Amino acid sequence: MSGGNGGSTQGSGSPGLSAVDRFALLPQEMEDGGGSWLEISMGPQHPSTHGVFRMDVVLEGETVVKLKPVFGYLHRNHEKIAEGTSYLSSMPYTDRLDYFCSLTNNWAYALAVETLVGLQVPERAEYLRVITAELTRLQNHTCLAGFLMQDMGASGTPLMYGFREREFILDLFESLTGARMMCNYMRFGGCRCDTPAGWLDQVRTVVTDYPQFLDEFENLLTGNEILMSRTQGVGVLTKELAVNASISGPCLRAAGVDYDLRKVDGYGIYPRFPFRVPLGDHGDTYDRYMLRILEMRESLKILEQALKEIPEGPVIDPKAKLRGFRPKPGEAYGRIEGPKGELGFYLISDGGANPYRYRVRPPSLINLTVLEDLCLGHNVADTVIILGSIDIVLGEVDR
Amino acid sequence: METLEQIRMRVLAACPEAVVDLVLNPAPSAQHSLRVDRDHLATVALFLREDPSLRMDYCSNVTGVDWPDRTEKVKVKKTVDGVEKEVEETRGIPGCLEVVYHLYSVALKHGPVILRVRTLDRAQEVAVPSLTPVWRGCELQEREIFDLFGVRFDGHPDLRRLLMWEGFKDHPMRKDYVDPDDFEYEPTPHDRVLERAKPYQDRGGTA
Repeated sequence: MSGGNGGSTQGSGSPGLSAVDRFALLPQEMEDGGGSWLEISMGPQHPSTHGVFRMDVVLEGETVVKLKPVFGYLHRNHEKIAEGTSYLSSMPYTDRLDYFCSLTNNWAYALAVETLVGLQVPERAEYLRVITAELTRLQNHTCLAGFLMQDMGASGTPLMYGFREREFILDLFESLTGARMMCNYMRFGGCRCDTPAGWLDQVRTVVTDYPQFLDEFENLLTGNEILMSRTQGVGVLTKELAVNASISGPCLRAAGVDYDLRKVDGYGIYPRFPFRVPLGDHGDTYDRYMLRILEMRESLKILEQALKEIPEGPVIDPKAKLRGFRPKPGEAYGRIEGPKGELGFYLISDGGANPYRYRVRPPSLINLTVLEDLCLGHNVADTVIILGSIDIVLGEVDR
Repeated sequence: METLEQIRMRVLAACPEAVVDLVLNPAPSAQHSLRVDRDHLATVALFLREDPSLRMDYCSNVTGVDWPDRTEKVKVKKTVDGVEKEVEETRGIPGCLEVVYHLYSVALKHGPVILRVRTLDRAQEVAVPSLTPVWRGCELQEREIFDLFGVRFDGHPDLRRLLMWEGFKDHPMRKDYVDPDDFEYEPTPHDRVLERAKPYQDRGGTA
């Protein structure tokens, strides 16, 4: 019994579908490189790859001349599992996609199903969705900034500062949903439960205190000379490439493209909130860092307004049929602006209890399309920072 | 944005040889789509990207759908012994693999336009043209479809498996895929278990 990935010694696939590892350097290419090329494999156990991700990098001295991402170490075929179970049963499993942002994953899936069957969401549930989603964005961006500094060699301090703030938000999630990270909170047509007593006041406290933390964080980092010299001009992504390669989320906006689904699609009740969409000028790593800081400040504005306006009322139609849920045949694509980018769910229903086709559009995976373009010509130490600034979570890349 | 029917007419005006069908979606989402024939998919895609009033410059989502062979019962009028009768017959409908593209416009902030293309069958003729030369965002997603569904994308610059490993033979997202038993939990792999595991080992999967 040879378990695991290495067990197969069968040749390539069926005729016509030959699968040759084209990455391995050919002798001729080594010659072309003057014999000075070095092929190294970064990951999958490398701490800077944020999980089990591998990059095959070819170096000339310290400079990257070729880079290929290798995926699949965390692949569990989420889509197949979801097609074998009912609509509702997939909801807790979406938490495990991008395990940093389970609430936005829930929302994207709920939105796709609501588009498919045309469900209305009660007012209070819409507000709770906005509040939880923006809190998720705050904690994701805070941690990302911390991880980015960690990748840069600022060992520990910024990351732990970020994690300290994240813990306050996770406490809120825990008292609302019962879980810190695997929240499983949204339902088709609303949310699972109402807030516990005093929860909104706790959120208000966190939201009021957050700008102070951000100022402190920025004081430490934004003007820091080491940070600037390591990130400015590194990994420049042009507007044209960003759009053509379907980059989404902060990476797209850091390249200067004004495309935020909260504005463009106006899903949920986002049109009610006036907020700015920050844009980058250069599309480099520094812009991607800075953009997230600015986005957090906008999220705080949305949160303040939502906390002021949230009405009383039900969070889900009490007669909503969740078990034995059978949408009519048809299909729908629903997408939201997740913290990592455009998170979409594409569903095809054949009238049965399980989705006929269930597809996740993973922003983390698609943002990696341009990883090689960003890294070419930079030092190998810069690839770590560039990867960190793209912000991937392997649970979503490999699904 | 224009309606899909208007877009279809303009696509046909720009590329008269193409076969473009409107696929209606009965769900409340009302996201209808256009089915394009394989030979003209790239031309139609380029038209949608370059047309000044559409400018579909953002290919958001690419996905595969497996439609296995199925049978359908149809009533056919037949003359039996000089008398016209309605007879029920079973007719086989060959399956296919379908690729769905969700296109949006970042420049004009509208969408989606949904394109679909079908392969001829599920066994041998599984090729469709790749749209990676038009939208680079298709690159990894088409690789994933190649991997999990077994659709071959002609013109893709780097068509390799994405999530499964080199040498794996099947396509897990197909509806007729049988996943191997989880032998890792067998306390002592005995003859019967080994026998059950054999076909999967021959296929190159884990066992």
